[in-house]
Amino acid sequence: MESTRTLKMLTPLLNERRLALLIRYAVLILLTVIVAGPVLTAVLGGMRTNGEFLSRPFDLPRQGIQWQHYTAVLKSSEFWQATRNSFVITAGITVLNVSLASLLAFVFSRVYFFGRGLLFNILSIGLLFPIVVAILPVFIQIRDLGLINSLWGVILPMVAFGLPGSVVILRSFFMAVPIELEDASYIDGCSTFGFFRYILLPLSRPALTAVATLQVIVGWNEYFLPLLVLNDPNKWPLPLGIMRYQGQYGTDWARVMAYVTILIVPALIFYVVAEKYIVTGLTGGELKG
Amino acid sequence: MSALRSYASTATRSQASRDKLRNNLRKALLIFLFVAPGMAIFLTFLLIPVLGSVRYSLYKWDGFGPLTNYVELANYERLYNHSVFRLAVQHSFMLMAMSITIQLPMALAIALLVGRGALPGSRIFRLLLFVPYVFSEPITAIIWLYVLHPQSGLANLTLDALLPGTNRVAWLGDRDIVLYSVFGVLTWKYFGFYMILYMAGLQGVNKDLEEAARVDGANWRQVLWKITLPLMGNTIRLTVFLSVLGSFQQFVTIWVLTQGGPVNGSEVLATYLYKYGIQRFNLGYGSAVAVVLFMITLVFSLGYQRLVMRQDYSAEVF
Repeated sequence: MESTRTLKMLTPLLNERRLALLIRYAVLILLTVIVAGPVLTAVLGGMRTNGEFLSRPFDLPRQGIQWQHYTAVLKSSEFWQATRNSFVITAGITVLNVSLASLLAFVFSRVYFFGRGLLFNILSIGLLFPIVVAILPVFIQIRDLGLINSLWGVILPMVAFGLPGSVVILRSFFMAVPIELEDASYIDGCSTFGFFRYILLPLSRPALTAVATLQVIVGWNEYFLPLLVLNDPNKWPLPLGIMRYQGQYGTDWARVMAYVTILIVPALIFYVVAEKYIVTGLTGGELKG
Repeated sequence: MSALRSYASTATRSQASRDKLRNNLRKALLIFLFVAPGMAIFLTFLLIPVLGSVRYSLYKWDGFGPLTNYVELANYERLYNHSVFRLAVQHSFMLMAMSITIQLPMALAIALLVGRGALPGSRIFRLLLFVPYVFSEPITAIIWLYVLHPQSGLANLTLDALLPGTNRVAWLGDRDIVLYSVFGVLTWKYFGFYMILYMAGLQGVNKDLEEAARVDGANWRQVLWKITLPLMGNTIRLTVFLSVLGSFQQFVTIWVLTQGGPVNGSEVLATYLYKYGIQRFNLGYGSAVAVVLFMITLVFSLGYQRLVMRQDYSAEVF
């Protein structure tokens, strides 16, 4: 008797809990469908013929997977040229950004000198100017320096605009390394550079990886600056390369979607592998897996 | 003897000061080597061009030859009187307003949904919902060109399935709805990013405080408004900041989707700058647009940081 009463009292509570859980899952599944739907259509689009797309927008490839769309992209020399350009641009941006930012962050966090605060503030001004906003003066400067049609004309400005953010992240990380460690290294005969190279950098691996990961994404995805700077289609990176396919085939959606699929698969793999670092980089390490 | 001693002490003193000088020189050299390369790139490709654009904006200049045709503020005057520019400003502000009132609350609600309590599988959902943020802007835009295809896109298909008999919508072809379509695409891409930031902020909220309020008889709404959200204040202030700045920077997605069209229906500040400044080689005029963009960004950033985000920094950057 007693136990059934407790059960009766508990039942609505349990149901309410279960209902709340159900609502949460329903909302999440709906959102996942909204996120995945367009991606899935695009991926399926590359497998189907244009006729299929026009008659039934969302369906499985009923006439068999149209592999020729993929092979056409993968066999074209333009695609591999664009891949090479993307690698050069991404590597250039990442290596320069991380190395220069760590040198700057070291000085701004560990070496005292007159005018340091002013210098850091000047660099911080850069945080206020995203590249899209400043694109026109930057374009004029690139042109005046004769870097039009050179991959350096993409890499160097991207480094300039990425530096302030990277320095701010690394500086706060470097400042958290205990000063006793630095003193101990000097007593052991380490030079300032030695401390930086052999103690601080290895200790900061997680922060350096997070900064590098974000730069890889930024460099790999950049579209606006290459659009302005690189007139020669042979210099185009992958994001611009799609435009070439789009122009070349007009409304050949199937081939464009095959190209899109070929680009998003490595992006997704990179994301799954580097997710931890991406999230760390974006949230300053607050969100843990 | 005493003379000798004083000589010796001078010698050690000068030896010491020479060592000190050498150490200082070495330190100065080290600082220079560490700072110079980064600062040189920063100054050459960011600060100097940005400052230079103020000067360019006072000239009529096609980008070739020296600056000779000084026109004072004529570029700004022309800008002010250009109806398309006003439209672009209006659209940028509309995107900003919609981001703050729709995109952010939505992301926050999802974060609260996924991030609170033990929800089995929440990590998978987090991973999935963040995916669009990883895609590049042109890829996002092209996927959506396909989805919003007027005849056979997924969007119209879904609409037809949900509300049979509705007319097909020209998502990107109708001047009156194109901006909302663009906003939808931007939301699809960016809400995952804000969701992640909110989830990080949620982890900083002390669960004991919420529990204590609940024990004291607060219902979930009170707990949310009086405890959880105020404790997430710094994250919310940060996301509003990023969202506003982000709205004024939109270019690539809009450019690939609509190029600002149809008939300037989705023209924003950055597409205006690109069309009327760079493509037509009115670099003086374009510089004036850039300066207006800087001013909006600068005034907002500094004002917001001083007035709203001041409490969030232990050591202020500015």
